Amino acid sequence: MTDRNQSAASPALELSRLSVAYTVRGRDLPVLSDVSLRIERGEAYGLVGESGSGKSTVALALQRVLPPNGRISGGHARVAGQDVMELGAAALRNMRANDVAMVFQDPGKALNPSLTVGRQMAEVYEILGASGTDAKDRGEAMLGRVRISDPTRVMASFPHQLSGGMQQRVVIAMALAKDPALLILDEPTTGLDATIEAEVLDLVDTLRQEFGAAVLFISHNLAAVASLCNRVGVLYAGKLVEEGPARALFADPRHPYTAGLLRCLPRAGFKGGPALDNIPGFPPVPGSITEGCVFAPRCGLAEDRCRTEAPPLYDVGNGRGSRCHFHDRVDDLPRMSEAPPVNLPERGPNVEPVLRLEHLSKTYKLPGNRNVQALRDVSLTLDPGETLGLVGESGSGKSTLANLVLGLAEHDAGGAISLDGTKLPASVHQRPRAAVKAIQIIFQNPDSALNRAHSVKYLIGRAVSRLAGLAGKARDERVVKLLEAVRLTPRQLPAKPRQLSGGMKQRVAVARAFAADPRVIVCDEPTSALDVSVQSAVLNLLTELQGERHVSYILISHDLGVVRHLSDRIAVMYLGRLMEIGPARSVLEGPHHPYTEALLSAAPTVTGERGTRIRLEGQIPSPVDPPTGCVFNTRCPRKFGPICETEEPAFTADDEGHAIRCHLPRGKLGRSPAPELAAASQGGAA
Amino acid sequence: MSAAAGTAEESAAPPPPQKARSTPAILMRSPGFLVGAAIVLFWAFCAAFAPHFVPYDPLADDLLETLSPPSAAHWFGTDQIGRDVFSRVLVGARDILTIAPLATLLGTVLGTVVGLVMGYFGGWVDAIVGRLIEVMLSLPLIIVALMVLVALGPSTSTVIVVVGLVFTPLVARTVRAAVLSERHLDYVPAASLRGEGALHIMFVEILPNIWPPIIVEATVRLGYAIFTIASLSFLGFGVQPPSPDWGLAIAENYGVLVGGFWWTVVPATVATASLVVGVNLVAEGLQRALAE
Repeated sequence: MTDRNQSAASPALELSRLSVAYTVRGRDLPVLSDVSLRIERGEAYGLVGESGSGKSTVALALQRVLPPNGRISGGHARVAGQDVMELGAAALRNMRANDVAMVFQDPGKALNPSLTVGRQMAEVYEILGASGTDAKDRGEAMLGRVRISDPTRVMASFPHQLSGGMQQRVVIAMALAKDPALLILDEPTTGLDATIEAEVLDLVDTLRQEFGAAVLFISHNLAAVASLCNRVGVLYAGKLVEEGPARALFADPRHPYTAGLLRCLPRAGFKGGPALDNIPGFPPVPGSITEGCVFAPRCGLAEDRCRTEAPPLYDVGNGRGSRCHFHDRVDDLPRMSEAPPVNLPERGPNVEPVLRLEHLSKTYKLPGNRNVQALRDVSLTLDPGETLGLVGESGSGKSTLANLVLGLAEHDAGGAISLDGTKLPASVHQRPRAAVKAIQIIFQNPDSALNRAHSVKYLIGRAVSRLAGLAGKARDERVVKLLEAVRLTPRQLPAKPRQLSGGMKQRVAVARAFAADPRVIVCDEPTSALDVSVQSAVLNLLTELQGERHVSYILISHDLGVVRHLSDRIAVMYLGRLMEIGPARSVLEGPHHPYTEALLSAAPTVTGERGTRIRLEGQIPSPVDPPTGCVFNTRCPRKFGPICETEEPAFTADDEGHAIRCHLPRGKLGRSPAPELAAASQGGAA
Repeated sequence: MSAAAGTAEESAAPPPPQKARSTPAILMRSPGFLVGAAIVLFWAFCAAFAPHFVPYDPLADDLLETLSPPSAAHWFGTDQIGRDVFSRVLVGARDILTIAPLATLLGTVLGTVVGLVMGYFGGWVDAIVGRLIEVMLSLPLIIVALMVLVALGPSTSTVIVVVGLVFTPLVARTVRAAVLSERHLDYVPAASLRGEGALHIMFVEILPNIWPPIIVEATVRLGYAIFTIASLSFLGFGVQPPSPDWGLAIAENYGVLVGGFWWTVVPATVATASLVVGVNLVAEGLQRALAE
């Protein structure tokens, strides 16, 4: 507080040649080197980069809360004009209490589960010197300012009684309580649904204008950064490789790494389009590249000069900088991955579906004779070689549906799952081996899905021997073939999962799913645990394998870009019910269900342009007590009459097989402007 | 560059550094562990080889030299019937270092099986076995052991079985907790999806991932086993005379303590204490190293 007035003109954050090193096994690993950036008061600055690029280290270093083995090895960090390295213990505490606030990724972990929200809100004000009742009143007023509609109720609640979005609002309210000069958001929306993510981003944007706080937004999600930030810095291997105004930077990157990242994003076109580009290789081990440009080993533009001479941050005009010798040639960056024409098998209209679900429901019993219908009366079919995208917020029943198909959960009596026309027992333990091997899964997180005690050879080999019934040499040969199919080499056979990178682990999981000629693979968020550059390679792999092996996918993803890129058809779920199903293009372009419309409008794009956001009011209703009539009526922006509350809409398909569960006639339902046109033109610029 | 070439390069590049220091390397830099290991190894060496190098036969009495204080001839003095205390203490490690590890091994193996079954199956299996374990844990360990030994009569194998059984629920509880945190990981349904049965999932999938807590628990149990078996011997239900066992030696001689003949009891007491402390130091070192 002391020198706030005199420092009012100084930037909220100024890093000058900041370097941070971690000591690991007695060696200094430089995690950040010479990072310089400025965030003016009231400005939103986005720091993007893949895991291990050092972006979270920036946030920790500028508050001097590095882990014990980390230290600032050079340069300065000034928060509101004060050099954090020179502050004494009291001044440092003062700086942390007054000038900087941080919002972490998981709001559930940032709040104390055993104290009410009211107590935790009041505490913030008490630290700032308010009396007990005053602190409580101000806390409640603050909750109102973060657009919580019933602050009194929320103050009396415990964190677990609030939804994830609500929790994140409370954390943001606590952060803003001290009216900080700098608000740091470290991946604040990563664990949230798209609709809630959009709400939180909107909220931060409004509050920034209200409070005049500068924002440092750290994220791997380029689209989220583009929608919120004025300026963006791209970190790679601890170096700021490019910096500039957000829109200009994403529309016309001047560093090959930024350009590569943007090309990895699935954002244009539907299934059958060109394969995604990728960035070959791995980010370097910190400190391993001492000469030349850190990105040179993976760069398609690299020449001899790049390997010997480290590029300075070139000024490329319009307040932009690029750490690339050839920043004027980025447009010539060659494709790093081949774009083979994806030859998709033409599916005739009379193909027998590989999987048929009829009236599937799943009811869980709760204590007290209550029931939860996690899934209600879902019927759909899946053709050979087809990809069905499943979208919907958490709690919509996507995972339940997947578990029923796999037999990991048993569906209620009255439903049926048929594989190639044969009805299957509900539980995987009762299914014949042929059925078990036909339906496989790729889990979201390979760290959890691959047993860390086993080697790659065992992980894949066991699946081959159990499912394909091969042993000995035949098994080993199949394992090697599978490894090659997922672009790994036999050298990885003895490796344990922890010795592999995230992308390689997911490739092992893919190989395992393909162990014995599966017919259907459930892909449960197959790339959401991966970095963008790795994601594109895994998506390309899935596409190629589908072309080769004619397998069908059920793709669960919250990333509409991924769903658009892979799906033939898309199903939208809400509260355990199918709300819409149809060919990908019809569902995405409309006419579509009001809920689909809201989901689509919530997704941020890298262009930073957002159409009119359709806000969904209120929270997802409890599945224990679903709304009457149309289950979406409590949040529907297009509810038009009592019929929505009394009568469940019919679910009939048009000629294309596009069904929408809404009382509104198709002519009145919303349409989206063909987004691939905008994205494609922008993709061309990139 | 083609896709294949690009990814081949990816495969060739070293993966990001994630490898932590290996567990043995951490242990070698932990002073507590090294001291503990030195103590345990010293006693293990005595248990194995002491009979070959001790100055006197630990069982030979010398009625002319009863209760003589420590001297050059008898470093730790002699006991009531003139046996050399130094020789008896070194050789006395043998019984305890046979019985305690065997009892611990038995308890660990049984407890691991019970814990795996409880954690994996859950539901009513877990509920019923869990209540049984609580009943067993609510009974004082030494009393249960005493009752069984009275009923069956003291013998070395009975002591091993009794202490092993008493330890089973304690180990089972630890293993169950470890299984529960593994059970929700996706590799368990992944195994079901290739048609694996419960036994395979428990012993081949889950067990290799819960070794660290089992090893730590076994080491902690070993400390308690030494203590318990020494107590049982002291009470006359463990190792039987004329063994130079430490608990037994204390029991035989504590009556003469009041006469000032401290050397008959103190060496065995210190030996027992040092072994328990040594084992616990090893346990603590292991726990820290495995948690790192």
